[in-house]
Amino acid sequence: MKMEFEMDTYKSEIKPTWCPGCGDFAVLRSLQTAIHALQLEPWNIAVVSGIGCSSNLPHFLATYGFHAIHGRALPVAEGIKLANPDLHVIVVGGDGDGYGIGVGHFIHAMRRNFDITYLVMNNQIYGLTTGQASPTSEKGMKTKSTPIEGVIENPIDPIALALASGATYIARCFSGDVKTMSELVKGGIEHKGFALIDCLSPCVTYNKINTYDFFRERVYDLAKEGHDSTDMKAAFAKATEWPMVQKGRIPLGLFYRNPAIPTYEDLEVAFRKGPPVKQSLGVEDPDGLLAEFL
Amino acid sequence: MPKRDLALRVGGAAGDGVSSTAESFAKISARSGLHTWTYSSYQSVIRGGHVWTQVRGGLDPLLSHGDDPDVVLCLNQQTMDVHQADVLEGGAIIYDMDVVKPDPTKIRKSVRLISVPLRKRAQTISPNALMRNTVALGAAVALFDMDFRHVESAFKDIWGDKKPEVAQQNLKAAQLGADAVREMGGSLKLGLAYPNKARYLMTGNEAICLGALAAGVKFLAQYPMTPASSILHWMASHGPAHGVVVKQVEDELAAMNMTVGAGFAGVRAMTATSGGGFSLMVEAIGQAGMTETPLVAILVQRSGPSTGLPTKTEQADLNLALGAGQGDWPRAILAPRYPEECFRLTAQAFNLAEIYQTPIIVMSDLYLGEGFRTVEKLDFNVPIVRGMMAADGGTAQGYKRYLITDSGVSPRALPGTKGFEFVAATDEHMEDSTLISDVLSGLPEYVEERRKMHAKRMRKLDGLRKDTPPPELWGPRNADLTLIVWGSTWGAAHEAIQQIEEKEGVKVNSLEFPTLFPFHAEQTQQILRSVKQSLAVEGNYTGQFSRLLRAETGYKPDHFYERSDGEPFAARDIADKIREVVT
Repeated sequence: MKMEFEMDTYKSEIKPTWCPGCGDFAVLRSLQTAIHALQLEPWNIAVVSGIGCSSNLPHFLATYGFHAIHGRALPVAEGIKLANPDLHVIVVGGDGDGYGIGVGHFIHAMRRNFDITYLVMNNQIYGLTTGQASPTSEKGMKTKSTPIEGVIENPIDPIALALASGATYIARCFSGDVKTMSELVKGGIEHKGFALIDCLSPCVTYNKINTYDFFRERVYDLAKEGHDSTDMKAAFAKATEWPMVQKGRIPLGLFYRNPAIPTYEDLEVAFRKGPPVKQSLGVEDPDGLLAEFL
Repeated sequence: MPKRDLALRVGGAAGDGVSSTAESFAKISARSGLHTWTYSSYQSVIRGGHVWTQVRGGLDPLLSHGDDPDVVLCLNQQTMDVHQADVLEGGAIIYDMDVVKPDPTKIRKSVRLISVPLRKRAQTISPNALMRNTVALGAAVALFDMDFRHVESAFKDIWGDKKPEVAQQNLKAAQLGADAVREMGGSLKLGLAYPNKARYLMTGNEAICLGALAAGVKFLAQYPMTPASSILHWMASHGPAHGVVVKQVEDELAAMNMTVGAGFAGVRAMTATSGGGFSLMVEAIGQAGMTETPLVAILVQRSGPSTGLPTKTEQADLNLALGAGQGDWPRAILAPRYPEECFRLTAQAFNLAEIYQTPIIVMSDLYLGEGFRTVEKLDFNVPIVRGMMAADGGTAQGYKRYLITDSGVSPRALPGTKGFEFVAATDEHMEDSTLISDVLSGLPEYVEERRKMHAKRMRKLDGLRKDTPPPELWGPRNADLTLIVWGSTWGAAHEAIQQIEEKEGVKVNSLEFPTLFPFHAEQTQQILRSVKQSLAVEGNYTGQFSRLLRAETGYKPDHFYERSDGEPFAARDIADKIREVVT
């Protein structure tokens, strides 16, 4: 089949500034592959990010983008979606951005079930600020901000949090496997509802524990072990295997998907008139509007 | 001289129905054709405490909720204790004789005591405890000789077609109150000739909502906070019919960031809050300044600092609005004085936001935002100017979102427009939105790029200064004293000026600033040249506007009168201060 948009259509002229070997390259590649496979019109895509190494990603795409402030990519994206629900809104960022400073928005965006796809490049460390503990850093991990005893807090479990918060497409993937990642990202974009894709994306400079090898030794494919992604209880059970508890195995793939839940857009009463961005401005019947004040 | 105005004060505990009783009376006053003005003194409590509302009506346009009332309606003993001494001579106090006792030693002479078994009378009609308020309201209407038709129509508005029997019961209860007044000597005979031609009655917050709708707002994100919440409430019930998405969000960070997203996507977007919420918004509003995203932020001030007095008024967030966000970015701050101006300036704010692609802040306060005022019919035929759009005749080839221009304004493109794709960035960037921050900053060529881009954004202030309303001098030209005021202080200041002129023959005028920023320094200096002596009147402790005035013009007001105890300015207090200054 002849495709209208070549892969290069989606690439900007700006080259990523990530360290060689950074896991984020795979996420960028996966996203390009997914939107190419879906043949989305570049002008109808808005990629929104916060702050951090991974949040530079929108600049490397030839779509619309909004490179927001730290932790606020989701509410900016929600505002875009509410103004123009016809856009494909994709949010990208890191674990510090989404699970740390922005975690409040994360939970609320999921319970609203916006038709938004959220890719979190989870490297379990703050990279751009040169190596402090992140909300997903493992217990005991020594970093610049935890130099003596290492991290003494429990890590955030984004999968369990997403299940509990009402996301309707929840997946985890690994930068060591671009093919599967691309499929999961594509599935997330196609899914009507909030899709969280937690991308294990190693930081080769500041995280010497959670390396490519660390993951290769532990990951396994949920689908191959017969996980039923329509079963929320089973998804919770799988989520608890890592990182809160370390059983030596890290599940990858689709934990949960429920396309039957209505999206926020389905229920928004103002959308009955169509996308707000396409509405005419002003008031048709001022006297009618003023009547209640007389 | 016959009286040309009246005032009713309703007091009780929170939960007693004080505000609904007062609002009904305000509606009756407005339908009687009186200019009407209310002020509610309430507390941060759902039940108990002491709350009161004053409704003033006048044959002439009003400037404040007035001082002492003609009638006080006491729903509990505390209201009697606190307010009985304020009732004007020839006035009356309405109370339930079974639960409230007056202290005649504290009451002015010739004040009538309308002691009615309010609750018992009400119970003859309905077991609903609030029905006693209706009996009292009927008594007040009868004391003021107002037409009972307006009582009937007000009840019809409240209970309408859904509960006609309740409206009917209330009308009967009101008539019982009127009967009681008739038995006890009849009306106060104030002699007001009511025009009985209905006037529009609304709050400043409602006027802001109407201005936003007139300008085509399509998005409001807000977190509840007194005294801005009624904007959320009104828009939530009315907005969707006009295609407006109204979203209550998790916090004010989300409110501002969503508004930024909506503005970026191309709708007219707004948020509203008070000082505490605005404090949470400052990083995100700076983001809009940097990404050149249009939005309107409504800041309805209340008494600070911190949680402060949540139900009280103040004008102490000017520094916050001026300094919101790190770094320099162009903004305009508008400060309406009365509801019609809330309407006009909000509508104008949406044009300014889109023409200059930057946030516009509209600052009001609790006194203006929550008080009801009668207004002239609002003209919805407001101009809608959406600013420079790249797709209007521009070519996509080589499109630069942040093109450097003389005006500082670059043609805007909306997501969904083919060929104009760009990334809005909060990092410093170049014309094509390539980041300077990462690998280019500090390199000699890019030091210059940063300087040019920053200056481009800041040049918008020149246009904003031209397009925002200039300072106004109100009153006689050759005055002995000039008041310097902003925002809702306008009304009490004008009333004080009139009082001084009538009683002392001293000429006072007032210099007012519907635009607080960018400061109109040249026009202000021109006006100040003819000022003999000045008195700044501000609702904050430090004189935040006076300091801005001094910073922008070098002019220091001769005298300063501040009020920061949570209460609005009273005309007579300003008049006293004027006397102190000019004599």
